[in-house]
Amino acid sequence: MYRYSDFDRDFLTERNRQFRAQVERRIDGSLTEDEFKPLRLMNGLYLQLHAYMLRVAIPYGTLNSAQMRQLAYLAETWDKGYGHFTTRQNIQYNWPRLRDVPDMLDALAEVGLHAIQTSGNTIRNVTADHFAGAAADEVADPRPVAELLRQWSTDHPEFQFMPRKFKIAITGAPNDRAVTAAHDIGLRIVERDGEIGYQVLVGGGLGRTPMIGKVLAAFIPADDLLPYLEATVAVWNVIGRRDNKYKARIKILVHEFGLENLRHEVEKEFALRKPLYAGGKDVALLEEIKTHFAAPDFETAPTDAFDVAYQADPVFRSWADTNLSEHRAEGYTIVTISLKKQGDTPGDATAEQMRVMADLAERYGHDELRISHEQNVILPHVHKRHLPQIHADLRAAGLATANIGLISDIIACPGMDYCALATARSIPVAQEIATRFEELKLEHEVGPLKIKISGCINACGHHHVGHIGILGLDRAGVENYQITLGGDGTEDAVIGTRTGPGFAYDEIVGAIETIVRTYLDMRDSAEETFLQAYRRVGIAPFKAALYPETKTRAA
Amino acid sequence: MPRDFTPKVITANHLLEGDVVYLTADDRWTRYHAEAELITDEAHAQIRLLDAQRQADTIVGAYLADAQDGPKGPEPTHFREVFRTRGPSNYAHGKQVEL
Repeated sequence: MYRYSDFDRDFLTERNRQFRAQVERRIDGSLTEDEFKPLRLMNGLYLQLHAYMLRVAIPYGTLNSAQMRQLAYLAETWDKGYGHFTTRQNIQYNWPRLRDVPDMLDALAEVGLHAIQTSGNTIRNVTADHFAGAAADEVADPRPVAELLRQWSTDHPEFQFMPRKFKIAITGAPNDRAVTAAHDIGLRIVERDGEIGYQVLVGGGLGRTPMIGKVLAAFIPADDLLPYLEATVAVWNVIGRRDNKYKARIKILVHEFGLENLRHEVEKEFALRKPLYAGGKDVALLEEIKTHFAAPDFETAPTDAFDVAYQADPVFRSWADTNLSEHRAEGYTIVTISLKKQGDTPGDATAEQMRVMADLAERYGHDELRISHEQNVILPHVHKRHLPQIHADLRAAGLATANIGLISDIIACPGMDYCALATARSIPVAQEIATRFEELKLEHEVGPLKIKISGCINACGHHHVGHIGILGLDRAGVENYQITLGGDGTEDAVIGTRTGPGFAYDEIVGAIETIVRTYLDMRDSAEETFLQAYRRVGIAPFKAALYPETKTRAA
Repeated sequence: MPRDFTPKVITANHLLEGDVVYLTADDRWTRYHAEAELITDEAHAQIRLLDAQRQADTIVGAYLADAQDGPKGPEPTHFREVFRTRGPSNYAHGKQVEL
């Protein structure tokens, strides 16, 4: 865990003091909304459909128990008792009042958290693999670099008024759990001849023009990373389009200007900027940050308690089979706590649930928690002997749903239940899909399947990279849902293909069931996953099942 | 050809609470859609919108929203505006319990 220095603390105190004064000036009328809006957005404060919304960054998705308890305290004190974890490893409070927000920010600062640059045309919260530092397949922990990028990008004077927002994600493992290919810049830690470096992807993004990131540089040595990223953002900041916000993201620059041309410009800019880093302070700082992320002292102990419970308790076994992932240390495991109980709102946790998770992290998990972009919470370092107790505590708090990676583990943006940009609802669609398959008792038979739902074309719900993606639109004043199939957010990232015309609100759950039943009927064995089957047979059988009348007409 | 003007209400969010408000014919901001002024004349609508936008110390983001006459007063016609009258559908956390 990164520990704030005096500089970090002073910076945040001063920033919060400034924002408090800005809020006061807005309320007393000396600032207009036009003047205030960019100031509040830079501090994470939106105005949504029914209320203000405060988006708090959880840098690279990492929290300790004190921070999680403070998030619970905010939920209880200034909100309606819960928070919403998002697809960018942030937490959103849906009901703050304007006067209370400065107090909320001060409370966050007490535990080293902030809402800076969770909005606006700046470099946003840097996201990372939620299994960082724990996964068995990792080359290196990506979080020290992510923290370096957080410090570099926060209040970076050159990057406060860019053509559009800019999102960076980083993974330290070849199995990409951070969707790096769908970010403005995706970083992948790689090893070449024993040296650690970075593969830099550029121009990925979802939204109205979905694109998979392209390799800008195959290997950037650690010493060159910061000047190289600065050069990349700087080039786009100057030549990226500002005439049309829909064409302002760097993916459009890559598309219109060309990857080769962009690479050439970045290399020229890099040559100019590299000397500014000659003192190597960035490299020294990274080395210092790395010490904050030293692995915990893993204990060596028997795992009998786990083995006994696994044999004896089918409920525990089912949970262990779906919610645990391989840890790099002997006897350890990674626990994913599902915030997707069937029928509940994906990504929501009550203050009480947050405290339960904080307690478990403190007692059994080396005081670490993670938030995943899939809107779940992770205990990254758990010795297996503690699992029966953890499972019992989670069960008592309504947090023991055994569905990670399954059909009810749905990503959903807030949609038109909260978001001012949304064109349709997404939360109730997720709730009803999860409930339907729970009633049908089909979830475990269907196996791995990622459904992702966005309530507008901006694609916060990552629908393009869902195995089944759902996009809610407003078609002539009525909610309408388009379906895409075959998307994939991993290292083999693929944008899904649209099936055809959309479905009405009361038809969409049935359409998803049709797709799933079509898969079950034609898979060649129970081992063939939905995505594998889709890749084998293509979209045609699904179209035929979804639109039988079209087939009849064509025949 | 310009489209026919459809009836409107003026709506915004309250500056301090952030919740949804509507402009009444007697220049108050109400939480109730049915109390809003239903505007049927386009020129009048533009004037009332300017009136609303001047009240920046009370509200944020005033705009004209489609509405129609109903038995108890103006009713929203678009589903987005219907949601704004009552709050989110996943919890009873909005106007559905506050009003």
